[in-house]
Amino acid sequence: MIQRLLTDTYPAAGAGPMVQVRKLSKHFGRVQALRELTFELRRGEVLGFLGPNGAGKTTTLRLLTGYLRPTSGQALVAGYDVHEQSLEVRRQLGVVSEDTPLSPEMTPLEHLQFVAELRRIDPRAREQRIGDAVEVCGLFDVLTRATGELSKGLRQRVGLALALLHDPAILLLDEPTSGLDPNQIRELRELIRAIGRHKTVILSTHVLSEVQATCSRVLIISDGEIVADGEPHALAAQHAGASYQLLVEGGHEDGAAIVAALRGLPGVEQVALAPLVGAGAMPPRGAVSVSVRALPDRTDLRRELFCCARDHGWVLLELHRPPATLEDVFRRLTAD
Amino acid sequence: MHGTWVIARRELASYSAAPVAYVTVTVFLGVVGYAFFGQVFSAGETSLRDFFALCPRLFLLLAPALTMRLLAEERRGKTLEVLLALPITEWEVVLGKHLAALVVLAVALLPTLAYPLALSQLGELDWGPVTAGYLGLLLLAATYLALGLLASSWTSSQTLALVGALALSLPLYVVGELAELLPPSQRELPRFLDLGRHFDNLARGIVDSRDLVYYLTLTFGCLFLATRSLEQRERG
Ligand SMILES: Nc1ncnc2c1ncn2[C@@H]1O[C@H](COP(=O)(O)OP(=O)(O)OP(=O)(O)O)[C@@H](O)[C@H]1O
Ligand SMILES: [Mg+2]
Repeated sequence: MIQRLLTDTYPAAGAGPMVQVRKLSKHFGRVQALRELTFELRRGEVLGFLGPNGAGKTTTLRLLTGYLRPTSGQALVAGYDVHEQSLEVRRQLGVVSEDTPLSPEMTPLEHLQFVAELRRIDPRAREQRIGDAVEVCGLFDVLTRATGELSKGLRQRVGLALALLHDPAILLLDEPTSGLDPNQIRELRELIRAIGRHKTVILSTHVLSEVQATCSRVLIISDGEIVADGEPHALAAQHAGASYQLLVEGGHEDGAAIVAALRGLPGVEQVALAPLVGAGAMPPRGAVSVSVRALPDRTDLRRELFCCARDHGWVLLELHRPPATLEDVFRRLTAD
Repeated sequence: MHGTWVIARRELASYSAAPVAYVTVTVFLGVVGYAFFGQVFSAGETSLRDFFALCPRLFLLLAPALTMRLLAEERRGKTLEVLLALPITEWEVVLGKHLAALVVLAVALLPTLAYPLALSQLGELDWGPVTAGYLGLLLLAATYLALGLLASSWTSSQTLALVGALALSLPLYVVGELAELLPPSQRELPRFLDLGRHFDNLARGIVDSRDLVYYLTLTFGCLFLATRSLEQRERG
């Protein structure tokens, strides 16, 4: 069904970027919401757009839809200028706004018919497209109820159906899963993942696991500036700086000496003694547990750590590298 | 233009689902009918003069009721953002909403065509002033509605939109009366500004381009300003 509703728009000719944002700035009075934001989105990318509250995510999306005007800078969507060619841009975009505001007295069906008509969807195909959108978003049972009476999750799905109706090349989703229960989140996430197989998507969210599950790329902004951009896993490795857990028998060297020696290694940012709490087995007497954090962009310190232990004559009982998560990246880059 | 029709159709559907349009039409026809039959039976007069004199006053009160929701509610419910994510211009939105409200007042006027038809049975009726009068009523309705729509574009509160609409149209309604207090040499401008005076000409069968220009300028001027006000989004 979703294949009939959403055609693959991204392998099409003209392989230029689908979204180009160049030095985009936005002031609200004295508040500077965005500072010279610059990024590009290629066809088929599913971008997780992250940032703390007030970072400027919604503002960025509103600039892309042309709802707000930038103070300076430029944005292109599918090659069209969002300001000069606003109507063409809006034909390319499907948008789910934060909190999906919808006229409460209209039914989902009326909303769908209104949007289909405004978007000039071929009248012969209209009924089928509405039917497909209804099925994909699971709205069949609520089609003729007033939208204002629907639960938040259902309203979000109505918003999504409206955004998909015209088979847009690019989807902008602003916190589409906020306020939903876990079942609804899982369903909607499945749907977004399916959409991502066909479309270029910007997904703004606070749910980091959602990004890890659905996005091919992550952009983190903080205070209106980009602080990270890349694949989720690469980002985690790059920005969280890998961390290592070591269990060392130092022989005649005590904990402080071990820490001092490790601090001297190139690429090491931080070394700390960790409390000896194994999840089960008691460590041998005289062993010291140390955690080592690498500088960002030093991805692998295992060789250096091993050699250091060998040169000092320590016994390296354990060397363990817990995987970094997006959450680490997020905390590190956006904390004050 | 396509967008204008689609918006107008949606607004008409929403008028048909809420009481305000029915109440407006009923009140209008009730008051007008009462006055008309009173006039015919008691005074035996056979002209539309009183009917035409009554309409501007009724429009003054009824038009704001029809327009107060139209744009204020889009602001309040934040649905303007959703609407303008569709390929449609602010101008089409404003024009479509104005058109829908105008259709409601035109529907209210339709049954009143029975009056001239009845009068023409009773005696000789000059259709010139009648036609011009109805044209004038439509222009007058369009003007009041445009003033109301402008007020509705300024706020997210329907009540304020209602008050604003009255604040805009009342002065234009009374400025002609106030002109009489001024020395004769200074009466020209306030008289020209008066909404009702231009209609009086039409109701007497005089179609003067100055009157048409007055109504159309005021109408489209207000609609244009409403469009500009929709473009100011940052006030929320
Ligand atoms: N209409 C407005 N008027 C004034 N300031 C605004 C307006 N809209 C946004 N801002 C400010 O711009 C900044 C960015 O807001 P924005 O809504 O884009 O953040 P966000 O990243 O979407 O946050 P959240 O995660 O809470 O949705 C904030 O400081 C906000 O107060
Ligand atoms: Mg937001």
